[in-house]
Amino acid sequence: MSNTIKNITLKIWRQDGPAAKGHFETHKIDEITDEASFLEMLDILNDRLVTDGKEAVVFDHDCREGICGTCSLMIDGQAHGPQRGTATCQLHMRKFNDGDSITIEPWRASAFPIIKDLMVDRSAFDRIIESGGYITAETGGAPDANLIPIPKPIADAAMDSAECIGCGACVAACPNGAANLFTAAKVAHLNRLPQGQAERYSRVESMVETMDDYFGSCTNHGECEAACPKEISIDVIALMHKDYRKAKFSNRKDLARS
Amino acid sequence: MAQVVASHRGPVTGTANKAKKRRPFLLDLYSTAVGKKYAMGISGIAMMGFVLFHMIGNLKMYAGAADLDHYAHFLQTLLYPLAPKGVVLWILRGGLVAMLFLHLHAAWSLTMLNRKARPVKYQSARDYQIANFASRTMRLSGLVILAFLVWHLLDLTFGVVNSEVGNKVLYPGDTEEVKAVYVSVIASFERVPVALFYIVANILLGIHLFHGAWSIFQSFGWNNPRFNKWRRAFATGFAAVVVVGNVSFPIAVMAGVIS
Repeated sequence: MSNTIKNITLKIWRQDGPAAKGHFETHKIDEITDEASFLEMLDILNDRLVTDGKEAVVFDHDCREGICGTCSLMIDGQAHGPQRGTATCQLHMRKFNDGDSITIEPWRASAFPIIKDLMVDRSAFDRIIESGGYITAETGGAPDANLIPIPKPIADAAMDSAECIGCGACVAACPNGAANLFTAAKVAHLNRLPQGQAERYSRVESMVETMDDYFGSCTNHGECEAACPKEISIDVIALMHKDYRKAKFSNRKDLARS
Repeated sequence: MAQVVASHRGPVTGTANKAKKRRPFLLDLYSTAVGKKYAMGISGIAMMGFVLFHMIGNLKMYAGAADLDHYAHFLQTLLYPLAPKGVVLWILRGGLVAMLFLHLHAAWSLTMLNRKARPVKYQSARDYQIANFASRTMRLSGLVILAFLVWHLLDLTFGVVNSEVGNKVLYPGDTEEVKAVYVSVIASFERVPVALFYIVANILLGIHLFHGAWSIFQSFGWNNPRFNKWRRAFATGFAAVVVVGNVSFPIAVMAGVIS
């Protein structure tokens, strides 16, 4: 038995292109089922806009099951909206009340230029991944399963960081526009595992230094952790800072640096 | 690859692996934001050590004028006769000034980096979830503390705004005169606006330390489930001890407990 939410006012950021001046546009949703996801609500709005001969609101989305990291949206001043531990696609209209006014903005960071309306270019993250988000693996036949022993707590901790879907909510939520949570999650994922040890220190060095080219700095507000749809802890940031310190201070030959 | 858009900080596409610049080690480290945070932490720890011992030393005030003045004399003649009088104190002061400069420079350049990272602000109100008052006001509290520091030095170190500074006193049993520090402290705090500024600045120092002392652990990567819950307790406790100790002095003077 579904209920309906009535009288929603949407204030949506519209911007024609990267250099264009943007503005908020107001739309009314008279009635919508509370089972609609936030993105379905935008789909319904877009159907109406297209029918009326207007341009649809551009927003990023793909899997709509919270695992791809494509959806974004700053909803009422919170990255991915008011529900903790979920991406925008998993946010449903039942989180809102009759008569609510909802403000929707794109992620804002110089590294995430707006493509159109609510869609931003997050390829700065790809640059960070390129610089160190890989391991050296042997080619040839598939290795036996469990050939490399990995203690359960290590595997769990690595998995907690590997959960990062690269949506950019951490950057969007950070008052400084820093990407430390994203970068640290990727560093921690590989640096915690035996397979990641070969490049452990060159990885953290390259990724941190690439991150510096695009993003702000971490001042330990903790907003990223609160915004992360995968609830990745800022503990990974401490791990990255520790490994970066080691990469810089330890004997370089011992660390087998390139 | 989706549509490609250039940001003003350079092309977003292309390869991230640049030719490595060779720079002296410390400059290389300091050139990154994470390295600047280490500098913030190291200089922060040095200044935390100073404010703690400054407060503990000043507790001598409660033991009377002779105790405080002899303590000040002890600082003036630290390591004497191994080192000439005043030299060790000035070396320590020089170190603190260097640490303060490092702290300010790192804070300034990180702030500029952060401004560049988000040139266009959010156009609607942000709804912060975890960021607290202390973490959001580090710059403001830092600047007030800096202004206070300048005043405090003019007042009680250089005596520009305190005519009692520089006077000497001979205590019974002493062979030489020592600086009359106690009298100048009393003279300073008997001016109510000065005492109020002192109290406000110290409360802001406590707020600054509440976030800063915790933040050090994250910046250095000192993170361990065994002691993580103590990190916040340490920062709160440290800030509280410094604030309570320091704020007690002007209150004690104004209340007439010490005169």
